[in-house]
Amino acid sequence: MITKRIIPCLDVREGRVVKGVNFDQLQDVSSPIDLAAYYSEHGADELVFYDITASSDGRKLFTDILTETASKVFIPLTVGGGINTVEDFDRVLKCGADKVSVNSGAIRNPDLVEEAAKKYGDQCVVLSVDIKRVDGVFTVFAKGGRENTGMEAISWIKRCVDNGAGEVVVNSIDTDGVKQGFDLEMLDAVCNAVNVPVIASGGAGGIEDFITLFKTLPGVDAGLAASIFHFGTVDIKDLKQEMLRHNIPARIL
Amino acid sequence: MITIVDYSVGNLFSLVSSFKAIGCDVNVTGDPDAVKTADRIILPGVGAFRDAKEKLDESGLIDVLLEKASSGTPIMGVCLGMQMLFDKSYEYGAYDGLGLIEGEIRPISDFVPDGLKIPHMGWNALNFGEKKHPLFKYIKEGDDVYFVHSYSAVKCDKNIIATSEYGGLVTAAVAKDNILGCQFHPEKSGSVGLKILKAFTDF
Repeated sequence: MITKRIIPCLDVREGRVVKGVNFDQLQDVSSPIDLAAYYSEHGADELVFYDITASSDGRKLFTDILTETASKVFIPLTVGGGINTVEDFDRVLKCGADKVSVNSGAIRNPDLVEEAAKKYGDQCVVLSVDIKRVDGVFTVFAKGGRENTGMEAISWIKRCVDNGAGEVVVNSIDTDGVKQGFDLEMLDAVCNAVNVPVIASGGAGGIEDFITLFKTLPGVDAGLAASIFHFGTVDIKDLKQEMLRHNIPARIL
Repeated sequence: MITIVDYSVGNLFSLVSSFKAIGCDVNVTGDPDAVKTADRIILPGVGAFRDAKEKLDESGLIDVLLEKASSGTPIMGVCLGMQMLFDKSYEYGAYDGLGLIEGEIRPISDFVPDGLKIPHMGWNALNFGEKKHPLFKYIKEGDDVYFVHSYSAVKCDKNIIATSEYGGLVTAAVAKDNILGCQFHPEKSGSVGLKILKAFTDF
């Protein structure tokens, strides 16, 4: 049985892990390399490194950190943030990333997903979407949730999957940082629309939110979160044990 | 010393790092003369079968690989590298593989039930069957490894050493004498994967 994946997300700026609550008020948490190794040893199934650096110096620092992490941590690594061209895919894949996540870059350049999927394979291209309800419509937001694109989210996701996105991260802006559980309604709509792995993001406040997620929506393949792992609110080992207790397939070390 | 065959397919970063992590020297090379003197060989590969086979053809490495295979050098294929060991692949056409292991590569969608997601991506448990192969001597049945694939080896029952459950049994690893193959990525399978690579260095 394929297991449900638990994925800590590390937002990295100037070489440090940060986590925004509703996308601002960033707080420094720890060293990305140390944190990645810690998570890998504690049962994380995959890691997401999100580069939120704006400067080119910061970008170089990010790829150095990525290289060092990938030479020490042997679980799949997904990299996102600042991915706008096929060259950006190349840059992070060379440093040890296994998958590359595109968000605003795909909105700016709708050919990006297709070009990257042709070059590196569908399995390498992860579509990440920030979604917020606007007048009851699931709407795609760009630039870290700051800009309303006016696009309806489900049709956007379908289009990108048709173009070769091999996995979809659904980040609900409505539930992000609120810690009251994942956005089950939004996730259900995405699961019904595509047949590639769907990763839930935004809203996990505790172990029970993951249990509810996987119990309610068997179509969801993975749960992603940041601060609850970084601050120790949820220990991944405990989470996995609780998943097994609820007959949710989980990988135990 | 492990020789990783570089024929310009995919990213060897993690494979190299994982052998280094278990204290093993690694030589990454596309030079047939260097492969000729190798004592253990890894054949990597990601992407589409046809492209990879074309590149292997162009590399001039096929003769030396076949020679090493028949002289008993341990050779392990990983992911697409494993698929290349087989007679034939039916990924976007029909293409000959190296013919070192009997069987063929077919789309997973041919034999898993509708509704299961393709690719088979994520962590899945290994089942060993009746006999545990030495490649798994440091791990136990039920340990999880990381898969990403849309095609799978079939008609190769007698050489299967591990399977995983995905709407049916999917070939996870094969072995025939000194020729081994993992469909999953040991270099992405955490400590379990490193233990499999370690066992390979003992061959």
